[in-house]
Order: sequence, then structure tokens, then C-alpha cells
Amino acid sequence: MTNIKEPKKYEVIGTRPLRPDGTDKVTGRAIYGGDFEMTGLIHGKILRSPHPHARIKSINYDKALELEGVIAVVTADDLPVNPDGNISIGYSRGNILAKDKVLYVGHAIAGVAAIDPHIAEEALDLIEVDYELLSAVMNVEEAMDSSSEIIHENSFMKEFGEMTVTNNNIDEHFQHKMGNIDKGFENADLIVEGKYSTVMVHQGYIEPQAATALWRTDGSLTVWNSTQGSFPDRDELSNILDIPISKIKVVPLEIGGGFGGKIPIYQEPVAALLSKKAGNPVKIIMSRKEVFESTGPTPGGYTWVKIGVKNDGKITAMQSELAFEAGAYPGSPVGMGSLCVFAAYKCDNQLVDGYDVIVNKPKTAAYRAPGSPNAAFGTEQVIDEISQKLGIDPIDFRMMNAISEGDRRVDGPKFPVNGLKQVLESMKNSPQYQKKLKGSNKGRGIAVGYWFNVGLQSSCSITVNTDGTVNLIEGSTDIGGSRASIAMQAAETLQIPYDSVNPSIVDTNTVGYTAVTGGSRTTFSTGYAAHLAAEDVRDQMIKRASEMWGVPNDSVVYSKGQFSSDADPELSMSFKELASQLENTGGSIAGKGSINPKKVGGSFAGSICDLEIDPDTGKSTILDFTAIQDAGKAIHPSYVEGQMQGGSAQGIGWALNEEYFYDQNGIMNNSSLLDYRMPTSLDLPDINTIIVEVPDPTHPYGVRGVGEANIVPPIPAIANAMKRASGKRFYNLPMNPPAVISKLNQDL
Amino acid sequence: MSKKVHVQTIINGEDVEFLCEPRQSLLECLRDVIGMTGTKEGCNDGNCGACTVILEGRTVTSCLVLGVEVDGKELTTIEGIADGEKLHPIQTAFLENAALQCGICTPGFIIATKSLLDHNPDPSEYEIRWWLANNLCRCTGYDKIVRAVQESAKKIKAQAGG
Repeated sequence: MTNIKEPKKYEVIGTRPLRPDGTDKVTGRAIYGGDFEMTGLIHGKILRSPHPHARIKSINYDKALELEGVIAVVTADDLPVNPDGNISIGYSRGNILAKDKVLYVGHAIAGVAAIDPHIAEEALDLIEVDYELLSAVMNVEEAMDSSSEIIHENSFMKEFGEMTVTNNNIDEHFQHKMGNIDKGFENADLIVEGKYSTVMVHQGYIEPQAATALWRTDGSLTVWNSTQGSFPDRDELSNILDIPISKIKVVPLEIGGGFGGKIPIYQEPVAALLSKKAGNPVKIIMSRKEVFESTGPTPGGYTWVKIGVKNDGKITAMQSELAFEAGAYPGSPVGMGSLCVFAAYKCDNQLVDGYDVIVNKPKTAAYRAPGSPNAAFGTEQVIDEISQKLGIDPIDFRMMNAISEGDRRVDGPKFPVNGLKQVLESMKNSPQYQKKLKGSNKGRGIAVGYWFNVGLQSSCSITVNTDGTVNLIEGSTDIGGSRASIAMQAAETLQIPYDSVNPSIVDTNTVGYTAVTGGSRTTFSTGYAAHLAAEDVRDQMIKRASEMWGVPNDSVVYSKGQFSSDADPELSMSFKELASQLENTGGSIAGKGSINPKKVGGSFAGSICDLEIDPDTGKSTILDFTAIQDAGKAIHPSYVEGQMQGGSAQGIGWALNEEYFYDQNGIMNNSSLLDYRMPTSLDLPDINTIIVEVPDPTHPYGVRGVGEANIVPPIPAIANAMKRASGKRFYNLPMNPPAVISKLNQDL
Repeated sequence: MSKKVHVQTIINGEDVEFLCEPRQSLLECLRDVIGMTGTKEGCNDGNCGACTVILEGRTVTSCLVLGVEVDGKELTTIEGIADGEKLHPIQTAFLENAALQCGICTPGFIIATKSLLDHNPDPSEYEIRWWLANNLCRCTGYDKIVRAVQESAKKIKAQAGG
């Protein structure tokens, strides 16, 4: 049983201070990827494929090089060869610059560097590429059909962990199994199933990818970019360019949004190769069209779900098949979707099949709880259908079947302490749910969502200044207020004011390895590392005090910001006073903390959506919306709410409007922010938030990352509200006005 | 390469002269020619609002204005909102209400808010949402931005009253 102790009292944690980087960000001083400048800077542009699938017969860039102002051109021939045939590195290089084939519209073919970006762009038109067109494979159903064109001619399907001899467009088929699925369905009184399809959508960060590279004559490479992870970028650059990591420094600049999309690198290796040829630093900023067509969105595909239940509401069997678009190279989030698909429900008999499917679209990347929304769009609608058929309140039905600590997830691990039941309880008690929704064409839908959260490596160091402040040195790029949430944990441990902690985000030469800002891990893991560094500082300061006072080390205690000794009640000194004595007592103090947490508690979230459908136009208007999420312990509640509201807004956009709209030739027709319409302030309601706090016992302050689970439930909650408003079940995204009108007219 | 044109303008109350190519947008001129990178580029086709500036009293997306068009005109950018070391009440309200996460859209939102409150010091929530619909934010879901604008209006009124 979950045992929730009386919440601890904190001085700094749980307050809402201003963020340390705030002033620079409201005055325009903060330097983002595109703002970087340096002497000798030249500008790069990238030639991209206009075809979704074609063989490159030849590339001729002689005329481009003749254009005045053009300095260098690079193609895949400038990338290192792949003699040992490492498939994974081959794919990485292939996505940076296409070698023999282009695999999607927007696939990079050549890079040009020139004295200004306009000349570089003009030069792209002078590059002649001769293509042999191949037929394109644009969705999972088509790709899984054995008669479809094979995209990777020399690769084979992996099945149940083994390599097969089958050459098709399925990169991998895997299965998770628990109990006896047939018996589970035999025991059911009611079985509901459905196939739910989603289409490709983009993270939609407002800042396009931007990077500058300088390849020096000594063979060292420095990259200044907008990234979710400078260390993983360094690893990836090392693999792609075949140079040792010790020769590479990545300097992260401010990042204008990512949501998973700025984990992979795209133009960095091209800028590096251009810099190597030109001798100058090369800056490449993507256009918005390039962001849509050439960076990784999240996949479309389908989630088929079948659930059996007893008349009393107990679930007896759950089965799913998920097939997601990987894009042009393997690696869709279907693996993660399959862990999340039934995560909220206790059931002994489960079977999940997953397919990672290659299609002629950009290689997908992470997007906020990758795979989980696609899966929940199926599961949470089937669950809703069952609760309606059994006449049980949808929150009660979920509560009856909710997992507890110790229950198993379908892929094996046991759930640690978690807040699912508390989330459901908060949903039930919320002001919105307590209020009745009346009127025709209106409906209320609810859903829950899960993200497992990751740990991964983080490092911090803390140096003490003689005025009693400290410098917190970290490697996690700050995408939404993490400087504040990490500094607050350091301040709490050091028992000093928040304002006394000055955080800096530094390059890969200046702090220990720190993994991506992603996976809902930053406030958890980097916060944990900051706490360890703060403890190290505290212990070193205690040692200094004991030496100064000539008392045993273990007699010195640090409490409420004061050092004192049991040996002599007269001895007392504040943190600030001791800090001013460091020079004369052995020199400055630097603490360090590194961690790679293995057991991380996940986060559950819920959404309640009230909406109204206009039967004449098909437009859905959200009347009221509440986001609920378990934050473990909310370090900075405003930024926790911000994550919940932002994730909800992205979920709402995904549900009602967003899609990659392809024509029959595999060309994306809406690659601008006018036509790929993300929600504006006018499209969205106020988003109410309820933070649930069930601390994760593996973290010193009980933190659970809150970056992701919140995007999962809005989509099925909206679908469930639309079912209740219209009587129609929606099996496809987006549920936009044309889709609604055609659904409403189905029976006419 | 085309011949450069001489442009004389007033930015944030100061006389500024620069040379630009006729094809360069005002956004490019601000960022790459003059070196004022506070105005951000999100789409370069007028759809995200990150590059919003006030030109002759009206908000414009600076990516859709040519640099040569501002000759003899007056504009306000994010760099001109604070009064020296003192933040403008809108900037303070954005910080206090956690109305920014990544912050790339923030300069555009602050400029748009300034323009809104100059025209309408006491907007309703609907008027705020309508006015700010030209600016995209992908992080916040706009909720805290709307609160920050409401708070800005209050702060400005209190300042004027006091």
C-alpha cells in the first residue's frame, strides 16, 4: 500500500521565485542559437530532396561553386566512409546527407556555405541532381503490405529479438505478454475493441534549429547550438564525423523550445564539414519549412485495442497491436507506446504487439511522452466505451481497475509508489467534475495518461563565493525554468536563500556528462546532482569549521543556515560568515555531485474536458478544461502548472487540428505555421490545474518529472467528450470540423 | 550582389543609420545588420509573431517589412521597452506570472502586449486573447500569458494613478 507521510516543510521548495534567466529573456538579451555571432562567420544553406523516394544518379555542384560569394559545398561524399558497416551509424550519416537514395521530401543532399544566407540560397538552385524516381510508401498499412516498394533494400526485420531473413518495411516486431490472453477473454462478460489511427504531428517549437560550427586547423571542432543535450550532441557528432569526443566541444546556447525535437542533431555535421572546407565558422539556421519537412515529428500509425471485462467492472484481458511510422529510418516510439498502452490498469492477462515501420517521411523524433498519446487515444476510448456500456462513472471504472504499487507493467517491471489513484480522486473532487454539464451538443470526457520518466546521468558542481553566495554549474540546457527548479534544490540543501545561488549552464568541457533535457528527468536527476553537490559543500564547510574551532568534525552540525558545535555552545557561525573565511582556512570550496538514478517513479496525469460541438460547422469549442498531474513534490509550482498547461495545449492542438497533410505524391502541403495551424490564444480555454503530490521516495525531495504525461490524456479526453456530445466515436485524428461533419452525417 | 541602400530611422528613440540590400527584411536588418537580436525569427513568413515590433504606432511582423521601408520612420523593439535598469511593468508581470518557459516568443508577446495596452488600457480576457492571437507560444498554453497581461494592465493603471 502507498503510504503517504505528512508532507515535509521546506524553506525554498514549493515557493515561486523569479527565474534567474528571466531578465535576459524579457529584455531580448538572452542569446539563442540563431543570435550567435563571431568574427569570420559565414552562412550555410542545405539543398533538400523534392521527392519522397528516389535514387540519386548524380550530383553536380560546379555552377554553385562559381557563384560569387560561395565558399564551399559539401555532399555525402565528404562524410567519413563506413567500412565496418555499422548500421546505426550508417543510418545517422544517411539522415544528415543522403548518399544513394533520398527517402523523404526534405532529405538533405548538399550543404553550401557563402558570405551571406541569400547567396547560399541562390547557390542551391545551381546544384544539379539527377534522380530516378521510386514509388513512395506513405503510411503503415501500405508499408506493411508485402507488395510495397522496399525502402531499405539491404536491411532485415527483427522479430522477437532475433534477426530474420525477411526484407520488408517492418524494422522490428516485438511482443510483451503476461498471463493467458485467451483465458482472460473467455472469462469476460463484455468485450470491446477498436482500431484508432493518428497522423504525423510536429512538436512546433517556435525557434527553428540553429547551429554554428568551427573546425579548426588543429582538428578540433566547436559547435554552438540550440539543443536539448550538448553531451549527446557531442557523442553523435563524434559518431557521424568519426572524430574523438575529446576533439569536440559543444556550447549550448539558449533554446527556444524542443519538446523532444531538439534531441537529435541535423545541420551540425553539415556546418562542421563546411567549416572544415572553408576555414571559417559556419552558421546554419533552418527555415520553418525545413523544420516541418526535415526534422523529426512524432509518428502517425494505429493502435488497435481489445479489452474484456466482467459485468462487475473487473478487467479480465487487454490486448493491443501498435504500428507506428518510424519515418525513413528505424526508431519510432512504438516501444515506449507499448509500455504505456495499458500502464494505468491492473490486469493479469495482457498481450501487446508492436511494429516499427519504415515510411517515406522524415525520421521521427521524441515529442513529449513519445508514443504514449498514440496508445492512449485507443485505450482510453475503449475504457470509456466499456464504462458507458456498464453504466459506471468513467472515473470510478478507472479507479476500480487502477494499478497499485507492486502491480506489473506488461513489459515486466513492477510499479513503484505512484499517484494514479490520487490523480483519479482529485479528478472526481475537482470543481469542474463536481459541476453538472447541461445542454445539447455538449459533452464531458475524461482520460488518464502515463509516462515512466527516466533518470540518466547528471553532474553539477557548486563553488562557494566569499560573500556567501554559490555558483551552481550544470549541464542541463534550460528549456522552461529548470535553472530555477535546480537552484531551489541546491538552496534548500545548503539552507541559504534562493537568490544566493547563481546557476550557469556550461559547455561539454566544463561539467561532467549530463544527458538530455528530456524524459521528464531534469528537475529529478540534475536536481538530485545539485543536491549531492550541495551536501558535498556542506560537509566540506563543516570540516573547515571544525578545523577553525579545533573541535572534532562530528561535533559540528549545520542547521537553519548556522554551523555550531556540540563541543562548545559559544561556537556558531552562519554560512555567509564561514564563506568569508575560506581563503585563510585552506582555500576555496568546490562541491560536486554526479548521479545516474536507476529506479525512477513515473508520473500519471488526467484531463477533464467539457466541450460543445456546433452541428452546422463541425467546430468543437472547449468550454472548460482541467489538467491534473502527480508532481511528486512540486519544486516551483508555477513551472509545474506551466508544464501541465503547455502539455494540455499541445494535446488539444493534436486532437482537434494538427496534422501533416500529404498529397497523393507524398508532398506535405501545409509546411508553414499558417497552414499547420497550432492553437492560438483565441483557440484555447483557461486551463485549470490541480497538482497532486505523491513523493517519489527515490528522490531526496520526492520529485517526479512533470514534462510529459500531461500531453497524453487531453487527446482521448476530448474524443470521449465528443462521443458524449454527439453519440459518435472518433477513430481518427485530427477530429477537425470536416471530420466531425462527415461523422455526424454518417447515418443520414 | 545588389547595391546597398542607406536607411535612416529612429529605433527606441535613437537615430540609427544603416546600409542594407533592398531584399533584406527589417527583421534581418535589426538582427544581422544592426546586431539587435532581441527580435526573434520563428517562421520568416509572418505567421508566428516572434519578430513583432511597433512601427509608427502599429504592430508589424518585421519579417514582412523590408529594411528600406523604415527609412524616415520610427520603431520600437524589445530592447526599448525597459527604462534603463528598470523593467517595464509588462516585463515584470511576465516574470512574476511565469508567463515564459523557453522565452523565444516572449519579446514578440511583450511588444504585442505593449501595443494592446497602449490602445486599450483595460482589456477583457477575450480582447486579450483576440489581440495576442497573432503571436504563437508553444510552451505555456497561453494561460499564464493572459494572466500576465491582466496583471500588466493593473500595474500600469496603479502606476498612472500613483
